[in-house]
Amino acid sequence: MDAKTLEAQLLELIRRTSTRLPGDVVRAIEKGWRREAKGSIAKSALRTVLDNIELARDKSQPMCQDTGTIICYADLPAWCDEPTFMKAYERAVVKATKVGYLRQNSVDSITGKNSGDNLGPGNPAFHLHQTRQKSLTCRMMLKGGGCENVGAQYSLPRADLGAGRDLAGVRTCILDAVVQAQGKGCGPGILGVCIGGDRGSGYLASKEEFFRELDDTNEDPRLAKLEKRIVKEANSLGIGPMGFGGATTLLGCKITHRNRVPASFFVSVSYMCWAFRRDGFRLSESGKVTRWLYD
Amino acid sequence: MLLEAPFTEDRIRALRVGQEVEITGLVYTGRDAVHKYLHEGGKPPVDLRDSIIYHCGPVVVKEKGRWVVKAAGPTTSIREEPYQGPLMEQYGIRGVIGKGGMGPKTLEYCQKVGAVYLHAIGGAAQVLAERVVAVEGVHMMEEFGSPEAIWEFRVERFPAVVTMDAHGQSLHRDVLAASQDALRQLG
Ligand code: SF4
Repeated sequence: MDAKTLEAQLLELIRRTSTRLPGDVVRAIEKGWRREAKGSIAKSALRTVLDNIELARDKSQPMCQDTGTIICYADLPAWCDEPTFMKAYERAVVKATKVGYLRQNSVDSITGKNSGDNLGPGNPAFHLHQTRQKSLTCRMMLKGGGCENVGAQYSLPRADLGAGRDLAGVRTCILDAVVQAQGKGCGPGILGVCIGGDRGSGYLASKEEFFRELDDTNEDPRLAKLEKRIVKEANSLGIGPMGFGGATTLLGCKITHRNRVPASFFVSVSYMCWAFRRDGFRLSESGKVTRWLYD
Repeated sequence: MLLEAPFTEDRIRALRVGQEVEITGLVYTGRDAVHKYLHEGGKPPVDLRDSIIYHCGPVVVKEKGRWVVKAAGPTTSIREEPYQGPLMEQYGIRGVIGKGGMGPKTLEYCQKVGAVYLHAIGGAAQVLAERVVAVEGVHMMEEFGSPEAIWEFRVERFPAVVTMDAHGQSLHRDVLAASQDALRQLG
């Protein structure tokens, strides 16, 4: 595949990611809308959200004006090395910014200056791996700033919360994060959680959980049980969409774990807003998309 | 219910927390740069008496010589907490549209001067952009750049929820307290 084709396919991936929500997310929002009481502000908030999802898709315009941090994961086969991929992706990002699929969203942390094209140190955030597969797999998400600000990391034990170094303590931390967040992360939200790891790897793994589909089941039965319990309990707290009150506070909770050193026990919680923009595809060497990974 | 200009003190004081409103009239966008500028004594380029300020950094482009709003969702309001109340008082601002709610200081001023906080749906950039039917002007574009400028938006049936009213009530405060209680009961 030539560089131009790769760039064009990546641009299409970015466009889709910014303007459409994946089917599992839309279904979860619809379910929340059905559940909320007739005439409640929670119900009409979710109605507006659903209308927005449709409008953004039909007009091919950004779901939300904050097009977030661009996070890109790719498995690269022998025919595509890292520099080739990164260059094509960056060119696609610049183009997507020019045509308005992405907002100018990359700011120099020292000077405050906006780079204007979404490129800069750490932007986009690449996570690249080699694969022996024949095709190239690329997944990406756009992670909004408002919801990123309500993420939280806990170091256990936490006496003030009564949280010890076990799954009960983990549950306490996660529910605390939900209450702290209220509606500020544009809920209903989705949580990605990592138990263990260090401060860096824990947060990273918590975000990778967002690539799971909302209706899947965790392979670890203990975590599967905890995920279900968190969603149920969070939705009983009455925070609701936008923090207006209601029964739909979380659309999902995905939990993973990493080993830790004996001295540390972190629980890292990432919060994703309802504008949960993720997409991905598989690309053949001839430049064809053989599969979109989320419907 | 419809909330139509002019946004007089009577109309605003009649609003109660939990009411859904549809705003029709002129609103002015203003976010961090504008609030800081006014707070530091800068002169407002428009008359803010009985006005509604919208915490929004819109995406606006010029098409065939006309401004067209491409995305216009609310931004987080709490950043303006130090400035908002005093500015409401000084300039007679009657309402603020934003997201996430504001704190006790703003709530106090809402009661004192007769103003409300109107929560728009965070992230609903497209739905809300459609309710902006005309761009009637823009100010301080040179100084602050497009997202931070003061845009005059003519809106029609722009949906929002009254979450802080002029009677000392705040939905944000109540939901927080209720959810903390509910969590304690879960154990
Ligand atoms: S938190 Fe999400 S929905 Fe809300 S403004 Fe940010 S990106 Fe948009």
